[in-house]
Amino acid sequence: MAAAKEIRTQIGSIKNTQKITSAMEMVAASKMRKAQERMTASQPYAKLIRRVVSHIAKANPEYRHEYMIEREIKRVGYIVVSSDRGLAGGLNVNVFKAVTREAKYWHEQDVEVDYAAIGSKANVFFRNHGGNLVASKSGLGEAPAVEDLIGSVSVMLKAFDEGQLDRLYVVHNEFVNTMTQKPVVRQLLPLEAEADDDDEEETRASGSWDYLYEPDAKTLLDHLLVRYVESQVYQAVVENAACEQAARMIAMKSATDNAGNLIDDLELVYNKARQAAITQEISEIVGGAAAV
Amino acid sequence: MASFQCDIVSAEKAIFSGNAEQLVAAGVSGDLGILRGHAPLLTELKPGPIRVTREDGEEEVYFVTGGFLEVQPEVVSVLADTATRAHDLNEAAAEEARQEALRSMGDKQSDLDYTRAAAELAEAVAQLRTIQQLREKGSRR
Repeated sequence: MAAAKEIRTQIGSIKNTQKITSAMEMVAASKMRKAQERMTASQPYAKLIRRVVSHIAKANPEYRHEYMIEREIKRVGYIVVSSDRGLAGGLNVNVFKAVTREAKYWHEQDVEVDYAAIGSKANVFFRNHGGNLVASKSGLGEAPAVEDLIGSVSVMLKAFDEGQLDRLYVVHNEFVNTMTQKPVVRQLLPLEAEADDDDEEETRASGSWDYLYEPDAKTLLDHLLVRYVESQVYQAVVENAACEQAARMIAMKSATDNAGNLIDDLELVYNKARQAAITQEISEIVGGAAAV
Repeated sequence: MASFQCDIVSAEKAIFSGNAEQLVAAGVSGDLGILRGHAPLLTELKPGPIRVTREDGEEEVYFVTGGFLEVQPEVVSVLADTATRAHDLNEAAAEEARQEALRSMGDKQSDLDYTRAAAELAEAVAQLRTIQQLREKGSRR
């Protein structure tokens, strides 16, 4: 009966793990709802400012801001958004894979790459695998605030202002739905004139008009474009937070299911072992009786 | 009157989205009124009221603490730092904030405090201005 006892304890320990994973699944599910609300709440601002900025990129302004001029690329910057905690399936790994692909592409063209890590998982990744980390921020919690991000963002913007970076990207997970999150790489600077699909003023030829600016073009664009970058990074972070909870929920759900399967299998083995022991005992008794 | 698409958002949520006939906002270099077909314009906003006349003639008043206004001939976007429906503003609280700001400006402990108090004062005054505008509108009816 020794084997049967061992199997019993194994089943017990798997059941305990299953309890933990199913609790984590439920916690993630409720956190996900809140994270999703935060994501949708700030989405309109991020979308609208993107629309405004893409209009600016199409205009022919009297003052060309640093952020609007394409430069020869010698060094690029990536703001990599990850989660602070693990146990979220392939969430962070997918982002890092996307970053590695990009880094390889730039490496082949002899372009250097700088990174700003948001979230401790990205921090650890760059520490283990190398990469020139210039800024990092972790411990954002579940409700990240714009103020928490300004530091790392301004490091990158300053590098851009000083001409050390010629392009700036942000990499994060996009929340497609609860089941699917996919990593996206988006260019922040210099500005790209987005081809927006639903625009009614598409007829207006780009580059042939300009805004009236109040107070003046330089002050206004300085403020607006910094605000633009901050809002885009903030949106990336809250979206990634929603993705994190969704991914954890899915990961924990499948862990719970797997534990259930494992328990079923082990119970079968246990029952067989018990039956075998009983059969053996009976045959021993029968054998003993026959010998007498 | 011809209308244009108008979107007002704050950092936290979308405040207004729809067709409007007229929009009056407090820009840094003065108040400005926007109708359909306005030349493209970009301005920073001061703390103050934003009045939107909807297609059905209803007027809505919002209070913003600053932000940006973008005007395209057929689309107007307001990117507010924070925005509240003017109806939700509390006059007593605004008045109290104004007094508080005036007091702390009197102290002049440090430059930092002073600039912050000045900003708070400007915001409180702008809130009061919004409430007054709202009240005038109400009494005209």
